[in-house]
Parts: sequence; structure tokens; C-alpha cells
Amino acid sequence: MEQLSGAQMVIRALQDEGVKHIYGYPGGALLHIYDALFQQEEVQHVLVRHEQAATHMADAYARATGKAGVALVTSGPGATNAITGIATAYMDSIPMVVITGQVMSFLIGEDAFQETDMIGVSRPVVKHSFSVQNPEDIPSIIKKAFHIAESGRPGPVVVDIPKDMTNPTDRFNYEYPKSIKLRSYNPVSRGHSGQIKKAIDMVLGAKRPVIYAGGGVIMGDASAELTELAKLLNAPVTNTLMGLGGYPGTDRQFIGMLGMHGSYEANMAMHHADLILAVGARFDDRVTNGVDKFCPTAKIIHVDIDPASISKTIQADVPIVGPAKHVLQEMIELVKGSKKQPGKESIDSWWQQIEEWRGRHGGRFRTDDSELMKPQQVIEMLSKVTKGDAYVCSDVGQHQMFAAQYYKFNKPNRWINSGGLGTMGFGLPAAMGVKMNFPDEEVVCVTGEGSIQMNIQELSTISQYDIPVKVICLNNQSLGMVRQWQDMNYESRHSQSYMKSLPDFVKLAEAYGHVGMKVEKYEDLEAAMTEAFSLKDRMVFMDIAVDPFEHVYPMQVPRGSMRDMWLSKTERT
Amino acid sequence: MRHIISVLMENEPGALSRVVGLFSQRNFNIESLTVAPTEDSTLSRLTVTTIGSDRVIEQITKQLNKLIDVVKVVDLTEGDHIERELMMIKLKASGQMRAEIKRTADIFRGQIIDVTPTTYTVQLTGASDKLDAFIETLGTTHIMEVVRTGVSGLSRGEKVLSL
Repeated sequence: MEQLSGAQMVIRALQDEGVKHIYGYPGGALLHIYDALFQQEEVQHVLVRHEQAATHMADAYARATGKAGVALVTSGPGATNAITGIATAYMDSIPMVVITGQVMSFLIGEDAFQETDMIGVSRPVVKHSFSVQNPEDIPSIIKKAFHIAESGRPGPVVVDIPKDMTNPTDRFNYEYPKSIKLRSYNPVSRGHSGQIKKAIDMVLGAKRPVIYAGGGVIMGDASAELTELAKLLNAPVTNTLMGLGGYPGTDRQFIGMLGMHGSYEANMAMHHADLILAVGARFDDRVTNGVDKFCPTAKIIHVDIDPASISKTIQADVPIVGPAKHVLQEMIELVKGSKKQPGKESIDSWWQQIEEWRGRHGGRFRTDDSELMKPQQVIEMLSKVTKGDAYVCSDVGQHQMFAAQYYKFNKPNRWINSGGLGTMGFGLPAAMGVKMNFPDEEVVCVTGEGSIQMNIQELSTISQYDIPVKVICLNNQSLGMVRQWQDMNYESRHSQSYMKSLPDFVKLAEAYGHVGMKVEKYEDLEAAMTEAFSLKDRMVFMDIAVDPFEHVYPMQVPRGSMRDMWLSKTERT
Repeated sequence: MRHIISVLMENEPGALSRVVGLFSQRNFNIESLTVAPTEDSTLSRLTVTTIGSDRVIEQITKQLNKLIDVVKVVDLTEGDHIERELMMIKLKASGQMRAEIKRTADIFRGQIIDVTPTTYTVQLTGASDKLDAFIETLGTTHIMEVVRTGVSGLSRGEKVLSL
């Protein structure tokens, strides 16, 4: 049997796991591992400029492919810098393996240089974590880490490795396990057939059904099944922020995103529904609004791989624990084989009602006479120029909501954003992580002048590895979403929500060796954007001046029902 | 309502901190907690008593089950069960109180396990409310120190929590 050091085993296990890229930053505790990395070519390392970016790159790779991304960070500050990225992945159930260096095992607990209790610090934001106590365990621990990260409800797994476990002179037998079994971890592989049958009986009898589908459809690779079932039922489909692309965004049956900044028709349909089929969604507070007023007339069927998500905030009438793909497949077979079919008359009149809602407020923003460009216009232009087919990686704030509302995603895994944690600074490294793995696809980072500055240093990584992403920076010179809330709830007292001393982003991009563009007038936008996307092998930073006074609408009235919404600065439902 | 939740989990470093961390992270309450290895040294048995609505208890059991180290979870209070807690209580014992404490300890089927000229230490086992009753009966003026193990429990009859 092959004899390898702990450090070599780490890299070899990643090779055996089929990992092509890892994202990281070296440091004292990792030197043995980096030396092993240097002596091979299969696993390529991407040197970021801050560990948070490494985790976001790994995370975005996972969001785009469904496979766990890998980050490698050193002990102490390297590990704590990774926490935001780990928490981001945890909140959105994204598979990731984060390998962290640790001080030598005999120093643990002595406040050694660059020591942090990473297992303790990361505990609330990981699916699981491992601390290596014997070098011989490294292959099986890494196998378990990938298995746990990718199966069931996915999530990040931390593997903490004390430096002496990777000592190059200590060698051990290496064998990578083909499969792994954990007696305490057995994620469900299919839903309960009796429950599924009961659910379909209810669905077929419903007069005003809505399918409410979330990120579980994307990570569960179930968008084809979701689409087929929705078509069979002729039911309206709404997606959560995490679920966009899980159902084709330009299809007639798609009624938009739901929730706080959901479409008028989606929120109205939810409120008036008599049946909600929730798939891979978790009824979070940005979706339900006031839980006591949530969908008063609806029976709720809740399909989720995580039993703890079911009836956590909203009581389910029919809970189904299982992977979205299998449950939906079983549902499709039942509908096809059923004598009972959806009542045509009631479904038609339901659609009539929905179309009326759609016609009334169907997701339009207002353009006024001012010279100022509307951020929504920029997203619509982006959708047009990229033919709705780009990977769109977003930061957090108003621009994120505009992108979610106005970019029409027809494919899953193409809308990549920090939905649960709402991590500013996510967008740029996310776009990098996607582009490195899909070099022939258009990859865009939609951001604002606030978010982009939270990981702007990665423009340097982009130069090093030639990652030609396109940055669409909606520059409204303020922290737009904070400002919007201050406008609505604090009599426009803009406490710390505007940005003084913004850099010249064009010069900044150029300083890093990229192309910078500034666009101030809508009439110049299409030409500029077309030019930006024609520069296939260049990173382009588009600094686009947009109306600083624009708000995101609809916006639900806090603690109200789904249908209580502001539709503009002056209109309320 | 008070619930006794029994958890069978891997006897591994960090497993206990995951359970305890879960309770604080999700704002669940812990009334008492006991943990020790079982006859199979790879497994630990943990008993936690908690108070919460049915909805909260459902979340607690589901979230516990989600922990990778947790093998099985059961809410003992859902069925017939036996619960015990052990208490050692050190009391000022002089003059008339020496006889009084001895009598009360006998009534509660407690044992005096340490004696000095001025103190008695009584060991008492039973359900938690029995221990509470003993403390109440003797009154706080004579109590010097109390240590309780927290509740351990299991189901009655054939029902077991095992692999």
C-alpha cells in the first residue's frame, strides 16, 4: 500500500474526490499541505486576497454545479475570516468542505500563535465538523466530509487539521474509502408514498392551487420535475429568492418571486390560495410576512428533505420528508395515472383572477422624466444583452432584489446569491468561482458601490488567473436598501447610509489591469453593455450611475399578510 | 410542559458541545442535563429536561436528530417512563435538628452518607419533585449545600433506546 504523509493524504484525497479547484490562502499551519500541493498538478489552487473570498468562490462553484466546493485556510485569522463564507453557505444549504489549519496538537489550548478553536467558533454555522486526531484518519474524514456536505440537506463541513498531523516525515498507509456509512446519519432517499398520495388527492381537488418552490428544487436537481408537474396541473408557480430558475422565468405559469419584494400577483395568489404545494422551501420570515396572517384559506403540503424545516414556522397539513426530485417524480406518476384531474372550470377562473392581478401591477417600475437611469432598466438591459442566459451572481441590497425581479431566469443554478445570510461582498468572488469552472459562459456580478467594496481586493485575484467576469455596479451612491427603510420608517433620516468618497471605479479597475467603463445615461447603456460583453477575455467593471431615490417595490408591510404591500412610494394594497 | 428527552449519541469529542450549543443557538431551554457513556463505550446517553410548547419540543427533537453525532432521540414523556435524580444535601445538624433531619431523611428513604459533629450529608434519589419536597420540608435555613445530578430516565417495559 502507498505510504503518504498527512499533508499528501489531504491533497490526494481531494484528487480522489475529483476536485479540480480549491480556493485558499496559505499560512503557518498549512505549510506542509501547501508543499504537498506544490508537488502535483491535478488539484489547482486559486490564491485569493482574503479568506472570505475563498469560501464564496467554493460556495458559488457548488451553487452552479451541485457539487461541494473546497476552501483551504490557515488557523486563527484565516479560519475566522472564513466564518462569514461558511455561515453564508450554511444558511442557503450549500455543500462545501472547508479545510482549516490548526496549531500543533500539543499546543491546542495554550493560546498559541494563530490559535483559534475553529470547531467551536464554526459550530453554529456548519452541518458538521471534524478535528483530525490521527493522520491515518485523514482519508476517511475527508470522505465523510464530502458525503455529509453533499447528501441530505447539503451544508458546509469543516475539517480542522493540526499542523503535526501533516508532518512530511511521518508516513502512513493511504487508501481512499470507496463509500462510507455512518450509523448516525441516514438522510431520507424517498418520500412516504401514503403522504404523497394524500397530497395529490388534495392538489387535484384544489380550486386555487399555488406551487411555492424554493432552493431545494435547485440543489435537489428537480426543476425538470417541478416544471412537468406544474404543466400537468396547469398550476401557477412562484419561486423564492433561492428558487429562481427552478421554474422557467418566462413561462406563462410563472407568477414571479414571492415574499417581501415578491411580485404583486405572486403575493396575492398566495394569500387567496386554497392549497399551497411547498417544495424545497422553508417558509422563512422574508416569505411569510406575519405568520399569524399567512395564507388564511390555504391547506399546506410541505415537501422538504429536512424534517426540521417542516412545521417550523407554518404548520403543514401534509408533511412529506424526502428529496424534491423523487417526491415530484412520484407525484407526476400519480397525476398521470389518476382518473381525477384538476377542475378545469375552477382552474380557469383562478387563472383569470391571476391574470387580472398580473395586468394590474405586473412588475412594472416607473420611468419618470428625470435624466437618472432606473436600476431596473439596467437589469432589463442586462437580461436583453445576455439573452437571459448568463450566470448572475449578486451581492446584497436593492440591486439584488432588482436582479431577482427583472432578470428572467429560465435555467436552474444560474442565479447565485446570498439569500439567507444576506452577505454583502458575496457577488464578486461568487462570479469568479463560477467563471473559473464555466469559462465559456457569460458570468456577471450584479452589485452596488457598497457591496463591491466589501471584497474589492479580489480584482487582484482576477488579474492573476484571468477570470473575465463582468461587474455591473448599480451605483446609487448610497446603501440603497438601508436608505429605503430609512425613507419608509425613519422619516428619511439617512443615518450612515450614504457613501462619501467613492473611488473612481474606472481607474480602480484599470489599476488592477481590467477594463473600466462609466455609464451615466440610459441612451448609452446598450452600446456600452454590448461592448463590455464583446470583450470576451477581459474583466470589465461597469460603473453605472442610477437613480439614488429609487425604492424596491412591491414591498410587504411589516407583520402584515402576504397581500399587504406597498406598490410604490404612494400606493398601498 | 416539561419534557424529558433522551439522546443516544456517538461518544466522541465535541458531541456534547454540539447538543448544548444547539439549545442556546435556537433559544431552547435546558432545565437539567446528564450525560455518560453506555455499556457500549462508543455511545453516550444524554438526558435533557426542557420546558416548551408542543411545537418547540417537536423542533427540539427534530433539530437534535439532525446533528450528525446523534444516533437516536426519544421524548420519554410521550409514554410511560421512569425518571430518577440523585441529590446530595449538606445540612447544619446540631441539637434537636440532628434527630429531625434523621427522621425526615428516613421518611424520604434518604441515607445519611457523611456525618460530622455539626453537619449531616443526606443522599436522596427519586423523581425531581420528591427532591424538591425534601428541600421544602427541611427549610432553607439549615441547608448548607445542594448538589443534584439532573434527571436520568428510560421507558417502562420492553421499549428501549438502542442502535
